[in-house]
Amino acid sequence: MIRLHHIRKVFNQGKPSEFTAINGIDLRIDVGKITVLKGPSGSGKTTLLSLIGCMARPTSGRIFLQDREITSLPERFLTTIRRSTFGFMFQQFNLIKGLTVLENVMLPAYPTDSGYSELKHRALHLLETFSLSHKSSAKIEWLSGGEAQRVTIARALVNEPSILIADEPTAHLDTKLSKTFMEIMTRLNQEGTSILIASHDPMVFAHEAIDRIIEMRDGKMVPTGAAA
Amino acid sequence: MARIERQKRIIDFTLSSLLRRKGKNLALIAAYSWIVFLLASVLFITEAIRREAGLVLQDAPEIIVQRLVAGRQESIPVAYGEKIKTITGVRSVKGRLWGYYYDPTNGANYTLVVEEDRLKEAGRVIIGEGVARNVVGESYGTMPFVGYDGAYYFFEVAETLPADSSLVAADLIIVSATDFRALFGIAESLVTDIVVEVRNPREFETIAAKIKAMLPDTRPVLRDEILRTYDTLFDWRGGLIVIILLGSLMAFIIFAWDKATGLSAEEKREIGILKALGWETADVLMIKFWEGATVSLLAFFNGVLLAYAHVFLTESSLFEPVLKGWSVLYPRFALTPYINAYQLWALFFLTVVPYTVATIIPSWRAAIIDPDSVMRT
Repeated sequence: MIRLHHIRKVFNQGKPSEFTAINGIDLRIDVGKITVLKGPSGSGKTTLLSLIGCMARPTSGRIFLQDREITSLPERFLTTIRRSTFGFMFQQFNLIKGLTVLENVMLPAYPTDSGYSELKHRALHLLETFSLSHKSSAKIEWLSGGEAQRVTIARALVNEPSILIADEPTAHLDTKLSKTFMEIMTRLNQEGTSILIASHDPMVFAHEAIDRIIEMRDGKMVPTGAAA
Repeated sequence: MARIERQKRIIDFTLSSLLRRKGKNLALIAAYSWIVFLLASVLFITEAIRREAGLVLQDAPEIIVQRLVAGRQESIPVAYGEKIKTITGVRSVKGRLWGYYYDPTNGANYTLVVEEDRLKEAGRVIIGEGVARNVVGESYGTMPFVGYDGAYYFFEVAETLPADSSLVAADLIIVSATDFRALFGIAESLVTDIVVEVRNPREFETIAAKIKAMLPDTRPVLRDEILRTYDTLFDWRGGLIVIILLGSLMAFIIFAWDKATGLSAEEKREIGILKALGWETADVLMIKFWEGATVSLLAFFNGVLLAYAHVFLTESSLFEPVLKGWSVLYPRFALTPYINAYQLWALFFLTVVPYTVATIIPSWRAAIIDPDSVMRT
């Protein structure tokens, strides 16, 4: 369970460009579900995802992960939590050019204590799951959009996280690939992974497997009754 | 074990990063190697020459007595030697004949010495390796000389000195005392200078002072003083090169600072991705450390090996005119390879350490990129 208590996030505080991205959010996200943060651009979805995923700290308020308050933890601990608990999929895929598919998938596990052969085995198994075995030694820039998307999913899963975070995952995919993506998410959820997606794509938030939609606007949650 | 595995993977990633940015890194390594090469060449050559000269002077006389007239060196009467012999503590006294001869045909200066142990016979000469290169080929075993009175002399070349330590001996010609006196018109009662051997090394200075007191128109020169002069001379020449190098060094520092520290947008993005994926600041710092270490060590070894080849295999072709050759006749010879740990450490601290220090802060700035930066772009 993830619990957010009076969360505010202000960028460039005290400067003329000060901007409040999240303005007083109280939220509880249950494990084992697919939750979607829905809202227009600038509504604060991505910021909220990065706060939940321990990538940034709130300006005020507290975040609890399984009843453990993580807001005040030092950076090192936050990184360890981020690495072991969350898997990330970014809007721009953010794969590293010049590296092979296999190396990209293995990257999040490089700073862990796993042995190389075990890690490679895990990464190859994931590539096989997503029908990418034949591309394992291909450079990332040679992949199609759908293949790149599946590589990011494999990379997000390599540290065996309990929560997957995806930011606008279908923004660069066509209808067919978006459907495939949602099928993969559904399967992963059935296998026990909690999934948190930020999206304003109906292919995502209108999908039958979605357990909960949290609608956002101007850094705040839209009251539940008004959500889809 | 797990820590080693982790380090191995980070090094692996660093090496692949370096290879992915071949152009930039090769340019950096090339410039860096060039600087190490120049500095190492100066260090190697000055040290090898100094050592070479030191070895030659090891056998030099302890005290040389010269006669000065109006502040200039003149021939000294043989009788002065007899007087010096009477000083307590003096073991032996010997007059020397030596001087310089300008050969207008080859435009070279030779040093002529009389060494009666090696050559007594008149009409013959023993020549240095440098002289042999200039003369022998064209004169078929004889050397022509023009005497002080315009008369011609032809001496047979009896032997050529080995090139082992030719820095000082390259322009040397050994002649007999009779021929030397005839060539330069020096009377039997005079010699160029007098060599004094002393029993107790701690008495060198006392005896030199006694000679000066007994023969006020003389100047006793101690071997240690000659060694010190050589040291100063080679240090000065080395220093001269280092000053010239300072310009290149500054240019390199600016270049290295720019290349090693200016992160491209692509690199910043990569670091952001790594941080977002769960890499710690320490891991990114480690990448930067390994990057710097790889570039530094590669450049250091490249530079040192190239300098070694330059100094000891190509006879310091780049610096030769400045560091050697004070006469027209350049000694051409291979210096005996000599490198010590101190030199290498000095070089390491002059190159690798400043580079590493210069990249610490920018590396740290790169490492603290916010992990959510990739979410915001």
